[in-house]
Amino acid sequence: MNVVRFMFQNRTQVIELTLEHLWLVGWSTFLASIIGIPLGILISHRTRLNRPVLASANIIQTIPSLALFGFLLPVPWLGERVDRLAILALTLYALLPIIRNTYDGIRGVDAAVVEAGRGMGLTESQLLFKVELPLALSVILSGVRIAAVICVGLATIAAAIGAGGLGEFIFRGLAMVDNRVILAGAIPAAVLALLADFGIGWIEKRLRPR
Amino acid sequence: MIEFRNVSYRVEGIQVLTSLDLHVARGETLVLLGRSGSGKTTTLKLVNRLLSPSSGEILVHGVPQDQIDIIKLRRGIGYVIQETGLFPHFKVERNIGLVPKIEGWPDDRIRTRVQELLQLVGLPKELASRYPHQLSGGQRQRVGVARALAADPAILLMDEPFGALDPLTRDELQREFLLLQQRLQKTVVFVTHDLREALRLGSRIALMEAGKLVTLLTPHEFLKSSDPWAAAYVRAFGDGLESAANRGTS
Repeated sequence: MNVVRFMFQNRTQVIELTLEHLWLVGWSTFLASIIGIPLGILISHRTRLNRPVLASANIIQTIPSLALFGFLLPVPWLGERVDRLAILALTLYALLPIIRNTYDGIRGVDAAVVEAGRGMGLTESQLLFKVELPLALSVILSGVRIAAVICVGLATIAAAIGAGGLGEFIFRGLAMVDNRVILAGAIPAAVLALLADFGIGWIEKRLRPR
Repeated sequence: MIEFRNVSYRVEGIQVLTSLDLHVARGETLVLLGRSGSGKTTTLKLVNRLLSPSSGEILVHGVPQDQIDIIKLRRGIGYVIQETGLFPHFKVERNIGLVPKIEGWPDDRIRTRVQELLQLVGLPKELASRYPHQLSGGQRQRVGVARALAADPAILLMDEPFGALDPLTRDELQREFLLLQQRLQKTVVFVTHDLREALRLGSRIALMEAGKLVTLLTPHEFLKSSDPWAAAYVRAFGDGLESAANRGTS
């Protein structure tokens, strides 16, 4: 296979770009989680906020990624370090599934269980940390999993603004009209997506409440 | 022990409870009887302040309830609901030991207490390490009762605790409840729509209809009552109620 030989010959670059890709995806998924999970918790308790928050996250989702990357480029502090910019944009895209699933997960906890806990004298924070979050955890994690998979795909576009990652092979291959080069970027990206999917899915299954 | 003074509860313009006056004496089992929507569960939830009255005052242990810290109030009141609301992600021992745990009891004392309670409600101690989904309905309900008793509260609130059980298990649990109550002498407020259960378990029965207290009677008085609502209930349930009122340990 030509592609395999090509990837083997350029293995240092394949590894380097894969690591860059992971860097982008890892940071953005992490940031989206530490922003999105508290937001999801907030809107599940302050239901008045859920429409505006979910609508905003939805709107972000509809912006074409290439446009968003280009749009953020002239922003002063961001434009200097394109990887920051790429992480920011990816974080924005990753927010929706995480907020959405946190919200659904917490709202999905059996109301009788929450009421029993409250009636027993658990404080609101004990309820959240001992009851709601543990019971919603697998749904929340599945949001993180979806976010990570979305990021792996979208991060390939980040190469268009020079942020690196496996998209470099893809864009280069497109320019050279060389399928081997395109595949050298696309195959590792697909593998990363599958790994993220299985990996987080495995954790999810282990943590699922009975 | 618990006193309602002219308590009303409104939510979103709907009058759920209208000027309720009710006194629950120490050690008695007061049954709130009524059909769905009569306000009996609302009354129960007002006691542990899961709901706050729109007007009027509720006294617990002689103290106006809004002067007691809400968390402290609730920890001093056991709460058992239909389908128990057991925490599905906790084993039985953690379910039962949760309130003692957050009250800061040492671990070995909690463990002893859990064993004690399991025995009290008639469950083998091996069940301590099971999850709720591994138990039968009757066992879950027993765990629910044990959990409510964990920190030895003086008051127990029970909201149709045996409603979802099959008739045989229900009968068994009702009998055990009577025996338990003889020993523990808790002040119990018990919600049900089942007259037979009310006659059997209650020392007094508060009949509610459309958010009002219709009448408050002992089981024997209830059977002979000329009150139209009480009489309607007795008619609806038909024959054989006397044996229930005799605290039928049959």
